[in-house]
Amino acid sequence: MAIDIDIAYVARLARIDLSDEELERIGRQLGGILEHAALVQQLPTEGVEPTSHPLPMVNAFRPDRVVPPLERDTALAQAPQAEDGYFRVPPTLEAE
Amino acid sequence: MSSLADLTLAEASAGLRGGELSARELLEATFDRAALTEAELHAYLTIDHENARAAAAAADEAQANGLSMGPLHGIPVAIKDNMVTAGLQTTAGSQILAGYVPPYDATAVTALKSAGAIIVGKTNLDEFAMGSSTENSGYGPSANPWDTTRVPGGSSGGSAAAVAAGSAMIALGSDTGGSIRQPASLCGVVGMKPTYGLVSRYGLIAFASSLDQIGPISRTVEDAASTLEVIAGHDPLDATSYRGEYPRYRSLLGEGVSGLRVGVVGELSGAGIHPEVLSAFRSAVDSLAEGGAIVSEVSLPSMEYALSAYYLIAPAECSANLARFDGVRYGLRIDGATVEEMTARTRAAGFGPEVTRRILLGTYALSAGYYDAFYGQAQKVRTLVIQDFTRAYEGVDVLVSPTSPITAFELGSRTEDPLSMYLVDVCTIPSNLAGTPGISVPVGVDNAGLPIGFQIMAPALGEEVLFQVAAEVERASAWNNRRPPVVEADHGV
Repeated sequence: MAIDIDIAYVARLARIDLSDEELERIGRQLGGILEHAALVQQLPTEGVEPTSHPLPMVNAFRPDRVVPPLERDTALAQAPQAEDGYFRVPPTLEAE
Repeated sequence: MSSLADLTLAEASAGLRGGELSARELLEATFDRAALTEAELHAYLTIDHENARAAAAAADEAQANGLSMGPLHGIPVAIKDNMVTAGLQTTAGSQILAGYVPPYDATAVTALKSAGAIIVGKTNLDEFAMGSSTENSGYGPSANPWDTTRVPGGSSGGSAAAVAAGSAMIALGSDTGGSIRQPASLCGVVGMKPTYGLVSRYGLIAFASSLDQIGPISRTVEDAASTLEVIAGHDPLDATSYRGEYPRYRSLLGEGVSGLRVGVVGELSGAGIHPEVLSAFRSAVDSLAEGGAIVSEVSLPSMEYALSAYYLIAPAECSANLARFDGVRYGLRIDGATVEEMTARTRAAGFGPEVTRRILLGTYALSAGYYDAFYGQAQKVRTLVIQDFTRAYEGVDVLVSPTSPITAFELGSRTEDPLSMYLVDVCTIPSNLAGTPGISVPVGVDNAGLPIGFQIMAPALGEEVLFQVAAEVERASAWNNRRPPVVEADHGV
């Protein structure tokens, strides 16, 4: 079974800016991997519940204790760009 | 005369407590061994000489002043570089985190420090723990101490190589699909993945949150159990942390295996396993039978599908977890006209090929129109894997298989074909899907002198019986803490 992927669309969703050659190469590799992964479709699973987590756990509560947060300067210390106590980023929308 | 760097944790602890050796001597022997081997092995990304020396000096002083000594007092340990360490660079093997200095310690690291351990440094890994050879590291591969033209396995390859070579006495690894057990197998050391939830994941840079688990790598089964006793425990900072009792994991060591029921997993110990690996595996199974274990063959039909399910579930979770690397708060940034352009450029420049592949694979498997066919179906297969294990454990106490179908392969031999690399994890992945514990113990070498690992699996929270059987396999194999050729130069005539 050949699996055809719109790899440029997937890369856009994942926010990874790849060249056409990279897209072509990864698209081909993913096709092969997905062919193997598609084995999961061969196993009869009617009436089988999906498992998202290995251990049955619900409502992991902890005491609501107030602890000091990370200092602002510490949190900003690793930022590529910071200004006036904030992370600085390029504009969200392109200029008209 | 052998070096102090070759002592086991148990031997070193006795020496430290008896006053025959100091934490400083032990640390310097470890540094000397690293100096001898690192040019060839590249097990470490960072060695923290200054802070480790200060910690060792403080440990000796505390002992001289009669202060209480923790269970890992003075023991030199290495940490896989996907666990954050306050003030010490943590990269997860990725260029996207080059130069990143975390503001806090992972809970497992805090536990080691509180127990008196000395942090030697941070070990190499496949980028974000995605890989089986360390060749996906953004900082160059590590080599296998038994043959430096071969891979140490992965993703915790640096930790396994360091423990095998003596540049750490014990190390922490993380295991998402076999990343502790497989490199331990390839490097001839013990590697153990605990039950999901026993060791806090707080401060472990997430790859696949429902599969990731931190565990010990050591030279003996006893040392692995001692280390687990230190790092296991409930942590309110990890919502999936186990809330029940944490027993003493060494309690059944040396009890033998008489009357224990051992199941050989048919699907993982036949076709696809290298004949020399299979032969060493069979000998170890025979030795368990000689020790009084009741051995039977067990069939787990879903095992064939576990690998496929894993390579949908793990990439799906990774695609969500790695969204945090966006060039905003830490790590690399490549400028762009908009936030989206900046993020897309940063991620293209910062992630290596395997991480990019897995993010795209996961994004695809989760995307509209494909979710049910891939991710949804993989989650159902996960249920079947768990059911197979549950059924099997009604009839046996532990399951066994080889850890890896092959011994250490040559550097560069599998990097061109991602799928051939994925197949190396076929025996270890099922335990991650089920959240159950597993351990790899060295049992011999192949014709080329490369180590072969034996895997034992147990039901959730079955650590005590897991270590019990592992200790018997270790004893019967007469592996006897065999050391790799790379350390021979340190054993002068």
